[in-house]
Amino acid sequence: MMFSQEARDIIYNGLWKQNPGIIQLLGLCPLLAISNNVVNALSLGLATTLVMAVASGSVAVIRNVIPHEIRIPAFVLIIAALVTVVELAMHAWMHALYIVLGVFIPLITTNCIVLARVEAFASKRSTAHSMLDATMMGLGLTGVLVALGGMREIVGKGTLFSGIDLALGPMAKGWVIPVIPDYQGLLIAILPPGAFIGLGLLIALRNVLQERGN
Amino acid sequence: MNGSPYLLRENNSVTVVMLKVLAALIPGVIAHVWFFGPGIVVSLLLCGAFAIGFETLVLLMRGMPLKPFLTDGSVLVTACLLALALPTLAPWWLYLAGVFFAVVVAKHLYGGLGQNLFNPAMVGYAVLIVSFPVTMTQWAAPYGVAHAIPDLWEAFDLVFAGAGAISPDAYTSATVLDTWKTQVRLGKDAADILGQPIFGWAGGRGQEIVASMYLAGGLLLVANRLTTWHIPFAFLAGIAATAGALHLLDPSRHADPLFHLLSGGAMLGAFFIATDPVTAASTPLGKLIYASLAGFLTVIIRTYGGYPDGVAFAILLMNVAVPFIDAYTQPRVFGHKHGGKRGQA
Repeated sequence: MMFSQEARDIIYNGLWKQNPGIIQLLGLCPLLAISNNVVNALSLGLATTLVMAVASGSVAVIRNVIPHEIRIPAFVLIIAALVTVVELAMHAWMHALYIVLGVFIPLITTNCIVLARVEAFASKRSTAHSMLDATMMGLGLTGVLVALGGMREIVGKGTLFSGIDLALGPMAKGWVIPVIPDYQGLLIAILPPGAFIGLGLLIALRNVLQERGN
Repeated sequence: MNGSPYLLRENNSVTVVMLKVLAALIPGVIAHVWFFGPGIVVSLLLCGAFAIGFETLVLLMRGMPLKPFLTDGSVLVTACLLALALPTLAPWWLYLAGVFFAVVVAKHLYGGLGQNLFNPAMVGYAVLIVSFPVTMTQWAAPYGVAHAIPDLWEAFDLVFAGAGAISPDAYTSATVLDTWKTQVRLGKDAADILGQPIFGWAGGRGQEIVASMYLAGGLLLVANRLTTWHIPFAFLAGIAATAGALHLLDPSRHADPLFHLLSGGAMLGAFFIATDPVTAASTPLGKLIYASLAGFLTVIIRTYGGYPDGVAFAILLMNVAVPFIDAYTQPRVFGHKHGGKRGQA
């Protein structure tokens, strides 16, 4: 057995049982705003996961040093510093994607799922478990983002991975998959209502699967 | 609490009510064929067929009995109202997508007949106008404006095979609401705009007669007590009052109330859509509040919004407020001084 029972619980919670996207419904602002295609969804999801993992790790390391009364401002400062690092890195190396994601990169700071895991988990548990928890929660959120982004992109534009060249450079231009050729596009899927309808369908799907499993 | 209006008489099963509602639409449909050609027949048939198809499919998936739900006629009413709200001669997939969102998403995903929060036909319309704004503003032009009016077989051909070599401009035009809005924004004079051939004596050429026929059919519904007077009256009064106030403020930018009443979906909405017993308010005072605010919002959206007609969005917005309105307008229970505690429905 590679993982202890505790670690396996953390993984199961993050990816499925307590999934931030469809169970806790935390961090919905980026989830709904940026999930209009797979590339945007995956990029923002991974950026959020990275921030979450490092933030939870750093907080867990210094959790005994931070005075209890001012822990929230301290957490936010740590998260904001990490987000700034990610933002500058994307500005430098993935400038096109940085332009597309725009304000949603700095907004990772205020994404409640980051602070929620830091406050609820990392401020009380060991460093390794905290990082594992944040990574799994982040990946759980990323999974929902990608599923929603995929649904919206296929229904709304009939493609998958459009804009992938923004993330991986011009050589990836040909990687866009036209799922439905000559498709007019159901614009509502790309627009904000599509995000809400899509998320509702995903939550319903998850509930059905959960019921069947029991 | 008032009973739903169709419970007031015996022998008014859901099927009978729905058939009477469909019958009340017939004058409007005939007028539509008279002025715009038989394209409306194609869209009514298509929407009806798609609706029965989707209804059957979803009922099977939900493990529900087919016969009582298919024969109650409610899905046909939804389909017909949607067809009458959509442009005719549009490609077939437009009707398919609209009916899908009306029947599957707005009706069945919310629990089926009687459970839906939003008016299904208007959800279908709203999704389409948001998704396909160009297709949704190409309306069949009336006789006297169109270069050619397709006959029934040409209409089928246009719907299924597309316009091909014919330009849609030959048989379509923008609606009067659309024309009014864009040209007023360009600073054109109101009299000049109203002088264009698609404008008739009060609303759109032909459209004003179709709307009057909906009014006639709707009045029959009220006379037969299939719906009460509250909603149609308050809806039209809301439109007239708001449009009248704006018109008085600046007649060069705001059309007169009669224009607003007879164009777009106002008449159809007042008698057939806003009155849907499932999604409308159910107390007498609640109905007046619900429908007059819907009428107010219709004119506001028409005037300041980005889309040509506001009926669908106004009704959907007021659908959201219905539980709230119903809770606050409970009538006094006999023998009590006040109608229970406020807000407790």
